[in-house]
Amino acid sequence: MLVTVNGETRSVQPGTTIAMLITQLAGESGKDQRGIAIERNLEIVPKSEHACTVIEEGDRIELVQFVGGG
Amino acid sequence: MTDSLTIAGKTYNSRLIVGTGKYKSYQQNADAARAAGAEIVTVALRRVNLSDPEQERLTDFVKPDEFTYLPNTAGCYTADEAVRTLRLAREAGGWNLVKLEVLADQKTLYPNMPETLEAAKALIADGFEVMVYCSDDPVYAKMLEDAGCCAIMPLGSLIGSGLGIMNPVNIRLIVEQTRVPVIVDAGVGTASDAAMAMELGCDGVLMNTAIAAAKDPIMMASAMKHAVIAGREAYLAGRMPKKMYADPSSPLAGLI
Repeated sequence: MLVTVNGETRSVQPGTTIAMLITQLAGESGKDQRGIAIERNLEIVPKSEHACTVIEEGDRIELVQFVGGG
Repeated sequence: MTDSLTIAGKTYNSRLIVGTGKYKSYQQNADAARAAGAEIVTVALRRVNLSDPEQERLTDFVKPDEFTYLPNTAGCYTADEAVRTLRLAREAGGWNLVKLEVLADQKTLYPNMPETLEAAKALIADGFEVMVYCSDDPVYAKMLEDAGCCAIMPLGSLIGSGLGIMNPVNIRLIVEQTRVPVIVDAGVGTASDAAMAMELGCDGVLMNTAIAAAKDPIMMASAMKHAVIAGREAYLAGRMPKKMYADPSSPLAGLI
C-alpha cells in the first residue's frame, strides 16, 4: 500500500507500524530515536505509541529531527 | 559577584546564546559554542533526509546534555506553522522552552508581529515557555510580555545582516519597560555590537551568523563571550556622564 513520508510516496507492507517505518527509513536516527518526532496526518504520534500505531493506506507521515539553525 | 540570567525559572551563567546554523561542520559548530561559553543553543527542526539518513547528526556533536536546546521556528510564516513545528520539537526533545519566530517575507526575514502574537498565545496556552523574536517596537514587545512570553527578543537589525543595533533608543525603551529578560536576537555583526546591546541594559544576546560567518569562527566566538561580559559589566558599573568639554585627569594643584 502507498503512503507519503516526508512528502515522498512510499510503498509499505500492510501492518507496518510507525516504529518499523522509522527503523526501515531513518538510519542512525532510527536506531536512536530520542531526537526525532513523528506526525501522522497532522497529529503527533508520541514515542510511547510508535510500536502500536499501524500505518494505513494514504497516511501522510512526517519524520523530523533537530538540525543546525539560528 | 554572581550575575546570572534566569529564563523561565532556570538559571544560566552565560548571557550569550548561539545558533547552530551555517557552520562548516557540526564539529566546528560545537567548538564555537564552547568557545563562546554558551549554555543555550538554538536548533531547527527539519525532515529527516530519507535519501541519506546516515549523514552527520547535530545531536552527536552539539549534545543536548551539554547545551540547553532552544528549538526555533525559523522558516515559519504563519502562526499555525510555528505552533505545529514547536509541538513536534517538544515531542522530539521533551522540552518546553522554545524560540518563537514568525517571519513576514524572505527578503527581510522581518517578524510578522500579528502572527507572532497569535502563535505566542496558542503556545503559552499549550504549556510552552516562549522566548519570542520580535521587532524593536516597544508596543508589540509589551503585548508579548503581557501574553506571558518568558523572554522578549527584539532584533538589533535584520537576521544575518551584521548591521548591528540599528535603533538603540527602541532597544532601551524595551529594556526599561520589560520585567522578563530582554535578549537582542539578530543583527549583531561584531564584538562591539554585542557589547552595545549589553551596555543598553539587555539581559543577553543571541547570535548565529556573526560567529559562523567570521573568518575564524572559534576566535570570534571567544571575542563575543568577552564582549558580552564587558558590556554587561560596563552596564552594571554605570558609565560616566558625557560632557561637551575636557576635564583633566591630573590634579591642577601643585603645578610647577
